[in-house]
Amino acid sequence: MTLHAITLVGHDRPGIIAEATGILGSLGLNLDDSTMTLLRGQFAMTLICDGEASADAIESALQPMTGPLAVTVREVPDERTTSTPATSWVLSVHGGDRPGIVSSVVSRVAGAGGNITDLTTHLKGDLYLLVAEVDLPADADVEALRTALGVVADEFAVGVTLNPVEADEL
Amino acid sequence: MSVNERLLAWTEVELGVESAVLDVVTTPATVLSTPGADVDPADPRIVRLAADLVATMRVSPGCVGLAAPQVGESVKVFCVDVSQHPKTRDHHGTFVLCNVRVLESSRNEKAREGCMSAPDFTGDVKRASRVVVRGQLPGTGEEVTVEANAFEARALQHEIDHCDGYLFLDRVAGAHAIHARKTYL
Repeated sequence: MTLHAITLVGHDRPGIIAEATGILGSLGLNLDDSTMTLLRGQFAMTLICDGEASADAIESALQPMTGPLAVTVREVPDERTTSTPATSWVLSVHGGDRPGIVSSVVSRVAGAGGNITDLTTHLKGDLYLLVAEVDLPADADVEALRTALGVVADEFAVGVTLNPVEADEL
Repeated sequence: MSVNERLLAWTEVELGVESAVLDVVTTPATVLSTPGADVDPADPRIVRLAADLVATMRVSPGCVGLAAPQVGESVKVFCVDVSQHPKTRDHHGTFVLCNVRVLESSRNEKAREGCMSAPDFTGDVKRASRVVVRGQLPGTGEEVTVEANAFEARALQHEIDHCDGYLFLDRVAGAHAIHARKTYL
């Protein structure tokens, strides 16, 4: 089985997903994981597909969609994440839009060995907002990370919180 | 759940002062991320603030609570009135409380919240649907212990968070739990 990472980014209109997935289906590709959203009104979709078609064949099949959309196709190795003991957290940052907020905050997370598994940011008016899901090593010093994030919060005059993800087992 | 009859009977008329509608502060104002100070509930400025909070809540469509940091005052005072909201079960009508602490909380539920101070977004927030809180009435300073459930419990926690310098944006459940409010022109 070969995996391909496919991205489509550009002008939004109704029917993009129907068209793209139709083409991928006709090549015998199976959609594994995908995500799609609008980023400042721009269509943005990333898919991981498996199947036997080559990257070149996928790219040429998607050719009719290019122009308004930037399309990339790339073969990727099948990397299942190894499960090292970790705890899950939600990181929220909000405040006035200033250059360097994201890099300063996430570098503290990286410094604590944290891995960001999901992230969204929004800019609306003056408000910049970031919410990330973070895996921290089981032995991470969470209070030290909170202190480091507090320093960044003061420096950029933003609110930063790190809360544990609560999953209720049923 | 037992309703606190004293709080239920309270209205802003007890404050005995004039009130004015204040401007509501929106993000990214730093006052919204600053923990509010404890107050003297008998301080005439706090009594006036209590009246102003109620007046501002009343003229704001859909508003079920307003905390002092939302009008630029970094103190632990807020008002709540969920009596007209469809998600309300039991309630205490209109009230203002100072220096509120959560004593007990249980039965978490997730729901989507908005806030006048972050008007462009809503977010999915898990909060207790039963709480017991203790605070003081403005003016007399009487200490009241309040049991609240359902939507009133959520509103109380949202306002207590404001007084501690937190927004619902700090409590969202995950990276995809923030939603832009849609405006259709």
